[in-house]
Amino acid sequence: MMERRQGTMDRREVVASMIKGRGDALIVTGLGSTCYDFGTEDHPNTFYLWGGMGAAAMLGLGLALAQPARRVVVVTGDGEMLMGFGAFATIGAKAPKNLSLVVIDNEHYSETGMQPTHTRRGIDLEGVAKACNFPSAETVYTEAELAKSVSEIFGGTELLFRDIKVNTKRYPMSLRLRDGAHIKNRFRENLLGSKAFD
Amino acid sequence: MTTEAPARTWPRDIYDVFKQVGIEQIAYVPDAGHAQLIRDCEADNAMNVVSLTTEEEGVAMLAGGWLGGKRGALLMQSSGVGNCINMLSVVMESRFPLLMIVTMRGEWGEFNPWQLPMGQSTGKVLEDIGVYVQRAERPDEVRDVVHAAAQMTFSSNRPIAVLLGQRLIGFKDWSK
Repeated sequence: MMERRQGTMDRREVVASMIKGRGDALIVTGLGSTCYDFGTEDHPNTFYLWGGMGAAAMLGLGLALAQPARRVVVVTGDGEMLMGFGAFATIGAKAPKNLSLVVIDNEHYSETGMQPTHTRRGIDLEGVAKACNFPSAETVYTEAELAKSVSEIFGGTELLFRDIKVNTKRYPMSLRLRDGAHIKNRFRENLLGSKAFD
Repeated sequence: MTTEAPARTWPRDIYDVFKQVGIEQIAYVPDAGHAQLIRDCEADNAMNVVSLTTEEEGVAMLAGGWLGGKRGALLMQSSGVGNCINMLSVVMESRFPLLMIVTMRGEWGEFNPWQLPMGQSTGKVLEDIGVYVQRAERPDEVRDVVHAAAQMTFSSNRPIAVLLGQRLIGFKDWSK
């Protein structure tokens, strides 16, 4: 049997390149490491989910439908995505053109003791996305592929999925902001102005 | 025992309230009691209607919709409430509004015993997680109950579930 290809990129370097390319995109991060990764450079256009495992992709769908003129980018972990697995089908059926769904995939549950997730056992999220009608779905292993994907994630004009394979290096929780109501109100005020409090 | 409910007008009343209060996103897992309301919403081009694989998806989706400035409603049967409980922590912690319209099973002449555990627990588990629960039992009160709940959730940023009693849906005679 062929050895499966391992992720070698560093998650913080991957996210740093995403932060550099984010432009005016609205970003949703899933609970755990992707929140901390994006917390390295806090931004009011980021909604951090500290809970509700499995929420990220669907929260992104609601936001994308509400803001069709803006690019909405969900960035979450493989464990979080697996818990919201049905969202692949729900999003694929609705197919909003302004949504990018990105999994930073280290193939483990890093918060709880590095137990392997299903992606470690060969479950192929790119294949799942393709089966669920995502018009663009790729697995990303290299810096060159990443550079191309980052511009597509933020500049794309169709529903897109990227499974970005990274190594298992862990980082500190680089996010002090935890209060959900504050994160929500800040996001809405920045996006909607005075209408945020109608 | 009246076994046949008269022609239903309350689903249209709910749709009318949705229009009145500016609901633009509908997330649902189907229930026979919601069939007409789902059809009315699907036929409305001003509404984004999303069919879910499981109810908790709708809790997250409508939070995203609200982040983007849109009001929504989540339609489901009482059995789906149990699926939502942990996802409601997103709503509680971040103080999102959430309007849940729940058709009840397992409470009024239920013929399927498997519906009883969740049906009898629906209101209790919602209240336990912090959702305000209101009920409508008669067709002529559905409009007002839904309208009042909508005003309350969108002006308080707190989740409200309207439970539509199984008696509204009607008694299904299972004796033969």
